[in-house]
Amino acid sequence: MVTPTRDRQPKVQVRDLSIHYGGKAALAGATFEIHEHEIFGIIGPAGSGKTSFLRAMNRMDLFNPAMEVGGEISMDGKDVRKWKNVYALRRRIGVVFPLPVGLPMSIYENVALAPRLGGTRKRADLDVIVERCLTRAALWDEVKDRLDSLGSLLSGGQQQRLTIARALSQEPELLLLDEFSIAVDPVTTMKIEDVLKELRQELTIVLVTNLVQQARRLADRTAFFLTGELVEVAPTEDLFTGGASDERTTAYVEGRFG
Amino acid sequence: MAQGIAKAPLPDQRNLAWYVDKTVQVLVFVGGISAILLILGIFVFITKEGMGFITQTLDIGEFFTSPNWRPTSENRPTYGALALIAGTASVTGLAMLVAVPFSLGAAIFIGEFATGKTREILKILVEMLAAIPSVVWGFIGLSIMNPLIIDLFNVPVGLNVLNSGLILGLMAAPIMTTLAEDALKAVPDGYREAAEAMGATRWQVIFRVVFPAAKNGLVAAVLLGVGRGFGETMAVLMASGHSINIPTSPFDSVRALTATIAAELGETAVGSDHYRALFTLGIFLFAITFLINLTADLVVRGPRKR
Repeated sequence: MVTPTRDRQPKVQVRDLSIHYGGKAALAGATFEIHEHEIFGIIGPAGSGKTSFLRAMNRMDLFNPAMEVGGEISMDGKDVRKWKNVYALRRRIGVVFPLPVGLPMSIYENVALAPRLGGTRKRADLDVIVERCLTRAALWDEVKDRLDSLGSLLSGGQQQRLTIARALSQEPELLLLDEFSIAVDPVTTMKIEDVLKELRQELTIVLVTNLVQQARRLADRTAFFLTGELVEVAPTEDLFTGGASDERTTAYVEGRFG
Repeated sequence: MAQGIAKAPLPDQRNLAWYVDKTVQVLVFVGGISAILLILGIFVFITKEGMGFITQTLDIGEFFTSPNWRPTSENRPTYGALALIAGTASVTGLAMLVAVPFSLGAAIFIGEFATGKTREILKILVEMLAAIPSVVWGFIGLSIMNPLIIDLFNVPVGLNVLNSGLILGLMAAPIMTTLAEDALKAVPDGYREAAEAMGATRWQVIFRVVFPAAKNGLVAAVLLGVGRGFGETMAVLMASGHSINIPTSPFDSVRALTATIAAELGETAVGSDHYRALFTLGIFLFAITFLINLTADLVVRGPRKR
């Protein structure tokens, strides 16, 4: 499970990141790195700043005028806030939200939307992308006979896999998952987890979860956030085998609070 | 102490509340039913006044194909409504050409781009625009647009399809804006965030995701605007020139169905052929607006087949 990550180039570098909502701190002074081709887990109870970090990462802070971001988040060495064309940044980052968002169009169109927006017109090209993404999201076999039916008519677990397929449709380098299993049954959750393990070969994954065991199953390294503070970052196994350097981390992963 | 609790000194408040609840139920029922009764009453009234005429005197073919509306002719009155229908249709058509882009643009700006105070102020202003009485719009058409059109296009009369179409378009735009904005607002923010997270630009989000999702509401907004156009009387009466004509250019004066009823009903004898012919126009208008509103209603509910 523990893979040597030291010699890898950091994909994302976070320096002294602080996030405020109208003066109220959501995250203060967090500094850490996310390596290429790893699954980086972020655990912590509600209100610890996990989601705020994801939103700052792909500049969704622009949706919320009250959200102020300080410090620096760099992807491949470039601060995300120095991108003039924020859409070009977001194209490189796939996001999966806690509740699945099946856009009000067919299954096919849900996955083909991003390539279409990018200018892919040929039906044959789109067919290839749709099939590949749905296959990678472990949904192809279930929906291949009804690609034209509405995406929002799928079950919750299927919709979440559709969301993942859609996030993959633009070949992102970074995949952000925000508590993806919150509305998904355990069997589907395990299916998606297998998918994520596969995907690690191709991209870097940030997995925000409030299921401590999910982080343990998937993440190479894990960060523990608590009420806006980054308590520590360590190889996941270490955190779960008594190697945590902070007493609060041990208490949280053992389920004594949170 | 325990006895005090066991024997409540007063009857439970909820006994009284139950009577209040029942009374309100009856009142609300009466309120709802009265709306239906009223619309039925109107329908029965105009049908009663017009129906006998339709079956006995009126030549239906002439009504729809002849442009000659001469109900007061001494020797042979004719009741051709084609020119009136063409007048209403041309004015409404031009009004929609003005109002649809205007109101959709305004709705997009208010719903998708404006934030905070700007948005609130704009919404209030648009709703105030919708409350301007139609006679005021007609007045603007008569006293401002009329000389303006005469000067700009060098035509003898400025009261025509162009004038009344513009006035009607500006009149219908606020209510269409409000309805369209409601339709846009009903689209969950999650759709926008999901699409933007994929790197779609604001316009791409609006055209590819928000519009398709709000399609039914937007179509309904337009249809209700069309219904408004058909039914509008005073502004059209004042700005259209009120002369019977099948228009061939925007500078032709026309006469609308509604304006005809308004202008002529006062000078007819109750029960005369002319009087009943005007009610026939009323039935026709009623049927058209009913159909438009019904279509809008069906569109809002949307096809729920799949």
